[in-house]
Parts: sequence; structure tokens; C-alpha cells
Amino acid sequence: MLVAIFQNIINALQWGSFYALIALGYTLVYGVLTLINFAHGDIFMVGAYIAFFVATFFLTTVGVPGWVALALTIPLTMILTSMVGVALERVAYRPLRRKGANRLYVVITALMCGLILQNANLALLGASRKAFPSMITEHVYNVGGVIFTDLKIAVIVTTILSFFALQKIVTKTKVGMAMRAISYDKFAVPLMGVPIDNIIVVTFVLGSGMAGLAGILFAMSYPILDPYMGALIGWKAFIAAVVGGIGDIRGAFLGGFLLGAVEIMVVAFFPSTFRDLIAFTVLLVILAFRPTGLFGVAKTTKI
Amino acid sequence: MKKLKVLIVLALVALFATPAFAVDTIKIGYNIPMTGDIPKVGEMSKQAAEMLKADINGAGGLEVGGKKYMLEFIYEDNEAKAESAVTTALKLIEKDEVLAMIGPNSSKQAVPAGQVADDNQTVMVTPWSTNPDTTFDRPWVFRAAFLDPFQGPVAVNYAVETFNAKTAAVLYDLSNDYSKGLAEIFKAEFEKKMGAGTVLAFESHGTKDQDFSAQLTKIIAKKPDFIFVPDNYNQVALIVPQARKLGYKGEFMGSDSWGSAELMTLCGDDCKGLSFSTHYAAAGATGATKVFIDRFTAKYGTTPDDVAALTWDATRVVLLAIQNAGKLTGKLRKDRKAVRKGMAAITTFEGITGSMKFDEQGDPVKCAVVVKISQTGQFEFTKSVCP
Repeated sequence: MLVAIFQNIINALQWGSFYALIALGYTLVYGVLTLINFAHGDIFMVGAYIAFFVATFFLTTVGVPGWVALALTIPLTMILTSMVGVALERVAYRPLRRKGANRLYVVITALMCGLILQNANLALLGASRKAFPSMITEHVYNVGGVIFTDLKIAVIVTTILSFFALQKIVTKTKVGMAMRAISYDKFAVPLMGVPIDNIIVVTFVLGSGMAGLAGILFAMSYPILDPYMGALIGWKAFIAAVVGGIGDIRGAFLGGFLLGAVEIMVVAFFPSTFRDLIAFTVLLVILAFRPTGLFGVAKTTKI
Repeated sequence: MKKLKVLIVLALVALFATPAFAVDTIKIGYNIPMTGDIPKVGEMSKQAAEMLKADINGAGGLEVGGKKYMLEFIYEDNEAKAESAVTTALKLIEKDEVLAMIGPNSSKQAVPAGQVADDNQTVMVTPWSTNPDTTFDRPWVFRAAFLDPFQGPVAVNYAVETFNAKTAAVLYDLSNDYSKGLAEIFKAEFEKKMGAGTVLAFESHGTKDQDFSAQLTKIIAKKPDFIFVPDNYNQVALIVPQARKLGYKGEFMGSDSWGSAELMTLCGDDCKGLSFSTHYAAAGATGATKVFIDRFTAKYGTTPDDVAALTWDATRVVLLAIQNAGKLTGKLRKDRKAVRKGMAAITTFEGITGSMKFDEQGDPVKCAVVVKISQTGQFEFTKSVCP
């Protein structure tokens, strides 16, 4: 029994890591722009595909060893994915913001951007799935009956480290201060000489970079890519962000792990048929008691 | 070189000229998944159908009642979704005015689409669907594949004999009619044979799931002799490696939905050595089946999987039924009725997936094979099981 519990804790931490990484992107953009970036799940999908192409390029065309390819793929994927995020902001969200469009229209635009990314992928690469190349050989460890691989531990550790890095950037740096200031008052802050557009670009870089990181880790753990892979996990990560308290980084991080833990534990102790039913009921109950999420602060306007 | 040019010109002339001669065409609709979860299934279906169409149109068309008709195949994408399969079926019946329909392939789409075909009195033949509900009480719906109530015992018997299995576990897709139906049949059959409670775990997951660690942890903790996974090949390619990474070293047994050409590119080494029950085995085929495989491989560069073979058979059954109808009047309702009668008139049909007889439900009585995935990734024939 104890072994099973530890095994499921590892499973939950690993699965929650992906929710947490994606939820961080939702919460960053929401915190600064109060925009729910529904394209974020698909940016994650694009991240996984970018990782696929970069990794294949290094492994087959250049022919470097696996760990070199991995070391190169991670930063490159994050950079390229953040460029996708910034491009979306530039072509889709910024013009609307300039025209002073209602937030509702921006959210609908975000939804459409997500669909465009999915269908562009479908049109360009076809519907058949891609098998992600293995860059490192995974080792299976058995500690007293609890079985895990080095990749699983790496995913969990990376997620925790990126959370602390992000937390540091937002609370300790000047850019982070500007981000928080814009989230506080979008109209007064530019008057103080803060370059609002640049700060928003930084926000998208950070959020999409996290999605890119999630994409590559996900592709390594579940090495089958398809154009719709980001949709469901994106929705669920959004729910995780809301349960954690959208707009708060700690909330997104904990919300992601909470959702992962609830999903895994429900299957572990109840019939798996009831998984989503029980998992989302639990989240609903949490929201009923804390409508703004675990870390959220009540605001007067929300979508 | 000159000869080649002349040939090309002749071919072009023939290509453009044929429609001018062919006043009458027979339209057959294909309700297949070209995007979505199982795009390879749709692609294989289409390739097989195109090959057959080229054969028949190349020979001047299909002769029905002393008159030659050209074939026109209309391919519609059902995105591997149940609701899209229904709208696709309606579109084929009402807008494209097809004489008969092939597909959908998966039971998930074939069960609801079968209702549409039956309500609108259009013959539908599903190549791949094995769930009994697809054709049950639907006189207009037929199939080319065997049924899950037959496939379930095949898997049970094979596992008991080959793996010496005394206990089993099942992992299936809850939102997939095919997977759920087969999982239940398997459980009932295994417990009937080995005693109550021998299916140690009976776990489910959702169609879009990518992580199965919780279900697999639960299954592995019960130490079953093997795990039965009646899932689509894309999920198999995630489930098997994940189970290995959770320390499971035992056997797996699969069903015919594993048999896609894409399984091995997605799953890799982890799936080698596993067995599943299916409709035909490409490696080691003989006779007409071999001719089909060779021609398909030459034309498209890949070995045809069971969907390709079953689509070929399903289309040929429909064409035979149209010929049996005797004469086409051009009045759609009347012709569709005649095709339905022609379908019922077929007693035995020699297909490339084996000889089949249709029973009163429109289901064929035919044999199943169990194949084992070899170390080179080939699906090798190990055993044939007949009803």
C-alpha cells in the first residue's frame, strides 16, 4: 500500500509538472494583460513540434550525440517557441489593444489563434503522428518497489527550478516590477515612462518559453506528437491556473500539481471510469469555497 | 523516349476521353477518417479504394445488366469523430446522392453512422467495425470484418494457451464503443474460462489521454499474467512503453485495432514480440491476398494493413451487390433498394481477408488470425482461428 502511494506520488508529480508549466504561461499573460490566452495550449503543441524538428535536425543532419542534441534542443526550442508567442501578440493581440477593443474580443481572437495554429499544423504537416526521436536512453530505477526513470525526475526537478526562476524574475527584477505595475494599473504606468509594449513582449517571451520547455519535456515523456495534443492539456492547465488563482505564479504552480495529483489519485483509489467526474467535482468544490482560487485576490472585473 | 511521349499522350487522351463516353456513373461514398486520431486508417482505405477503382475503370467500367458504368468514389473525412461520421453519412446520402456507402471504419463512428444509413435506406458496408451494435437490427448495414464476440474468445484462448495465463488485466478506452465492448466481452469470456475474479484489474482511460501511469500502476500492482489492451494503435504506442518504464515485464495481448502500418513507427522496440488478433497477416500470405499485397506495395511503397485489405473486400462486396441488382434505373431510392436486395443475394464471397458468408444480421462468418510482431517489426502469422 505504502509503495503504491509513493509510486502514485511520483506519477502525480510528473504529470502535474506539465500542467504547472503550461499554467504558468496562462497566469503570466493574465496577470499582466488580464487576457486569457486560449492559444497557449497550442503554443505548447507548437513547442513540441519545434522540439521535434530541432532534435531531428541535430540527431540526423548534424549527427551529434544524444546529450549534445538535448543540450542544444532545450534552449533553441524555448527561444523559437517564445518567438511564436511574441508573433501572436504582435499580429493578433496588439492591434486589438491599440484599438481599445473590449477584452471579450481579445479572448475570442486568442481562441481563433489556437485553432489557426492547430489547423496550420494539420495542413502543413498532415494528420499522421510524429514519433519523437529518443535523445537519451532512459534508465529505470527501482527503490524499494517504487519505480521511476531518470526522465521523470528530470521533468519534476526542471519544473520546480523554472518556477523558482520565474518567481525570482517577477518579484526581484526591474522587468518583474514593471510587469506587476502594469497588472496594477495599465493606464497610469505608461505615464511613468515604463515601455508597456516591451514589457508585454517580455511577458509573452517568458510564458511561451515555459510552454516550449513543457513541449520538449512532454515530447520526451510521451513521444507521440499530433496537432491536437495541446488542446485538452491546455484547457486543463487553464483550469489548474484558475483553481490556483489566475494571475498568481504560485497559484499556477500549485494548481498544476494539484490537478495532476487529483487526476492520478482518483484513478489510484477509485474505478478509473470516474476519473474526470471526481477530479473536476473536487476542483468545483474548491472553487465554490474560494471563487478566486487558492492564491487569487478578488477583483471587480473578470471575464 | 519518343515512344514514352506517345504513350503519355495516349494515356492523357484516354484519361480525358473516358468521361465523355461514360454517360452513366455509379457513385459510392467513403466515410473515412483522414484527419483526427487515426488518419492512417483513412489513408489506407482511400489507397485501396483508388487501386480498385483504377482496375475497374481501366477495364471500361463495371458491367451491370449489360451496361458499363464508370465508378466515382467520393471520399469524405469524418475526423474519427462519432458526430462527424453522422453528418458525413447524411451528406453522402443526400447531397452526393451515392448509391452505397463504405465505412466508417471504427465502431465508434460506425455505430451512429449505421443508424443514419438504415434510416435513410442506403446500403452501408463498414470494412473494419467489429462491434455487434453496428449491424444489429439494421437491415441496410453490413460489414466485412468479424465480430467482437468472436474476437474476444480468440484473444482469451490464445493467451491461455501461449502465455499459460491464469490471470489477466484489461486497459481500455471508455469513450470508444469498440474498445469498451471488446473489453467487456473479453472479461466475461476470460472469467468464464478461468473462474470468477481472474481478471484482476479492469481499468479505463479517455480518448485524448497521454498519461496512463495511474492505471498502469494499479494494474502492475495486481501482478497479472498479461494485459489485454483493445485500444487504437496510437494509444498502444504510449501504453506499452509507459508500462515498461513502470517496471512491467510481462506480456500484452492486443486486438485488430493494433494492426496499423503506423504502429511500429510510433511504438518502436517496445512493441516487438507482442501478439494481437486481427483480420489477415501480410507476411506469409498466399494466392489472391499475396497478389493484392504485392500490387499495393508496388503502387504505394507500404505494406497494406488490414484496413486496406478490408476496404478492398468491402468495396468488392458492394460492387457485387450492384451487379446482383441486375439493372439500374437511375431512380435513387429504387436503385438503393435493388442494391440492398443484391447484398442479401450474396451467399459466399471469396475475399482477400478470407472467405465470408453473410448471416441474417449482415455479418460475415469468417476466420481470425493471431499475429506476432517480429523483431524486424513485421506482423507475422502465428495462428488461425475459425468459428
